[in-house]
Amino acid sequence: MGNDFVVPAIVAVTLVTVGIGFYGLRLARTTSDFLVASRAISPTWNAAAIGGEYLSAASFLGIAGLVLKYGVDVLWYPVGFAAGYLALLLFVAAPLRRSGAFTLPDFCELRLGSRRLRILATAFVIFIGWLYLVPQLQGAGLTLATVAGSPYPLGALLVAAVVTANVALGGMRAITFVQAFQYWLKLTALAVPVIFLALQWQADGRPAVTPPDGPTFRAATTVVVEHRATLTLPDGDIREVRPGDELTFAAGDPVPDVSGVATDANDWLLPSAAGDDDRGLFATYSLILATFLGTMGLPHVLVRFYTNPDGAAARRTTLVVLALVGAFYLLPTLYGVLGRIYTPQLLLSGQTDAVVVLLPEAALGDGLAGRLLAALVAAGAFAAFLSTSSGLLTSVAGVISTDVLGRGSVRGFRLATVIAGGVPAVLSLHVSGLDVSQVVGLAFAVAASSFCPLLVLGIWWRGLTDVGATAGVVAGGGAAIGAVLVTVLGPPLSGWPATLIAQPAAWTVPLAFTVMVAVSMATRRRAPADIAATMLRLHTPEALRM
Amino acid sequence: MSKQLPDVGSSGAVPPPRRSRIVLAEITRQDTRAERTRAELAQQTQVGEALVRGLVRAQLALALRLSLVVAIGLGGLPWLFAIAPSLGRTTVGGVNLPWLLLGVASFPFLIGVGWAYVRLAERNEQDFTDLVQRPER
Repeated sequence: MGNDFVVPAIVAVTLVTVGIGFYGLRLARTTSDFLVASRAISPTWNAAAIGGEYLSAASFLGIAGLVLKYGVDVLWYPVGFAAGYLALLLFVAAPLRRSGAFTLPDFCELRLGSRRLRILATAFVIFIGWLYLVPQLQGAGLTLATVAGSPYPLGALLVAAVVTANVALGGMRAITFVQAFQYWLKLTALAVPVIFLALQWQADGRPAVTPPDGPTFRAATTVVVEHRATLTLPDGDIREVRPGDELTFAAGDPVPDVSGVATDANDWLLPSAAGDDDRGLFATYSLILATFLGTMGLPHVLVRFYTNPDGAAARRTTLVVLALVGAFYLLPTLYGVLGRIYTPQLLLSGQTDAVVVLLPEAALGDGLAGRLLAALVAAGAFAAFLSTSSGLLTSVAGVISTDVLGRGSVRGFRLATVIAGGVPAVLSLHVSGLDVSQVVGLAFAVAASSFCPLLVLGIWWRGLTDVGATAGVVAGGGAAIGAVLVTVLGPPLSGWPATLIAQPAAWTVPLAFTVMVAVSMATRRRAPADIAATMLRLHTPEALRM
Repeated sequence: MSKQLPDVGSSGAVPPPRRSRIVLAEITRQDTRAERTRAELAQQTQVGEALVRGLVRAQLALALRLSLVVAIGLGGLPWLFAIAPSLGRTTVGGVNLPWLLLGVASFPFLIGVGWAYVRLAERNEQDFTDLVQRPER
């Protein structure tokens, strides 16, 4: 890649991020400013910041890559990522804000008064936070390697260092401004190139996305394979390829069938039908459940609600977030679709996550426009890594400083930030082969099977007890974590076990709810005595506060 | 206080002050009732408890109803596409229907449901506030 605009664009995004961080630092004077932005952030800023924080590497790069690879079935990822905010709005937003809880462990203690549950929740926050941080750093490493040819660890460590320093020095106030800025940058970085790409597609005579003879190479292409795969060549030959193999194709050559990829037009274009594969339908519903219910359990999402002045503002902020996030998710699908036409070589190399950053130059050529747009997209991708990592790091550092180190001071928070950022940085160096989107999906599944039942039942059901909540989190969350560990460390599986482990939410979420309700009913005497006061506080408008 | 006022009225024997006294008494009594309802909420008497339970039930029913709308509207799609594959082949403006429904239409749908929820939830809260502040209605 000889694009000399990419590195300056990435440096500029990083500098602006750090710059706004320091601007925020000058505003941050008290510990309260530092941690929760003094609750003085307007709903529009707050919503843009929540959106900026939420749109991660998986949203910016992963969705387009998945659409390129698998087609219509994976459109449930963007739908679910947006719908998660609706579930949050319906069941959690206003009562959680009224509870006054800053983190999930705070909520556990406020609602159930149990230290043990608080410790368990802390462990889950840290686990989910790190599980979600690693793919962000990994995405940064892969992107920098793709667009600038740097070694993989550089991008990962660069993002980890910038984010850790920024969060440690600026705190929450700083990242509110940083992330509001980054939401708009990410939206621009996908929206502007899409206009040029659509015009180019028109100028090329509207080439079909699914030509009757399958996808073809538009130009002579040399593909370097990154992942092991089985290819079926047009003449029927079957060929095993290994990482490092080079394949050369002339312009107009058909793209060979790749194992595990929907190369066939109908597989890609049409939803999975009943009968031939019920596992596909199960996986779809499992994905829907994980994304719809997982968002409310992500630690960096909940922290934001404390910055709203009251419950009604929390609700309105969530609605604005839903609109902002929904607008963004219209775009990655278009990149995946156009990638079928302009970058079919990614299907062979296995680097489908790179489609967003490679598409502008592949479609528009390496003239000035193509290079500038490629730089813009790369800058947007870096904004995604920086903002999501900042949000995750703030919340993980928050629980480490209050619950593990046991200090509420600014210095304690800074120490916690270094710990919270250091661990995933080290982990990301060792897992470069992991699939970004799948790890993010698993983080959603763990959140949906642990914190979602805890929040929903805690807010709406008087009968929840500390023992019931603990048992439910251990059963559902534990099962989901088990699935994560088997996926990451275990042997490759096939058939139903593979589906149940890769998309666990459809059985772990009902398990968590069932155990939580059943054990709570069995330990009814342990229900908190002050439950009526808690319900009053969670659900009545602030105007009536006595 | 109320015992002193009749003394003034009886000694002066003037009708207008008596009339104003009744109005004052009514306002005072109204305030006391509103305060009593607030106090009932705070002290978790049975009346206050019932009021809060009613609000929680109304808000939960609203959230569940709207979830059901989404569960049917969006959650029904994979099943629908699975049992009626011809639906997936239907094209609108050259684009297959599932792509339009999932990639485009689902987002305004979600935002619309969210907007309806915010309006209705605020109305529930307003009803509750009215009930507490004007108990005579």
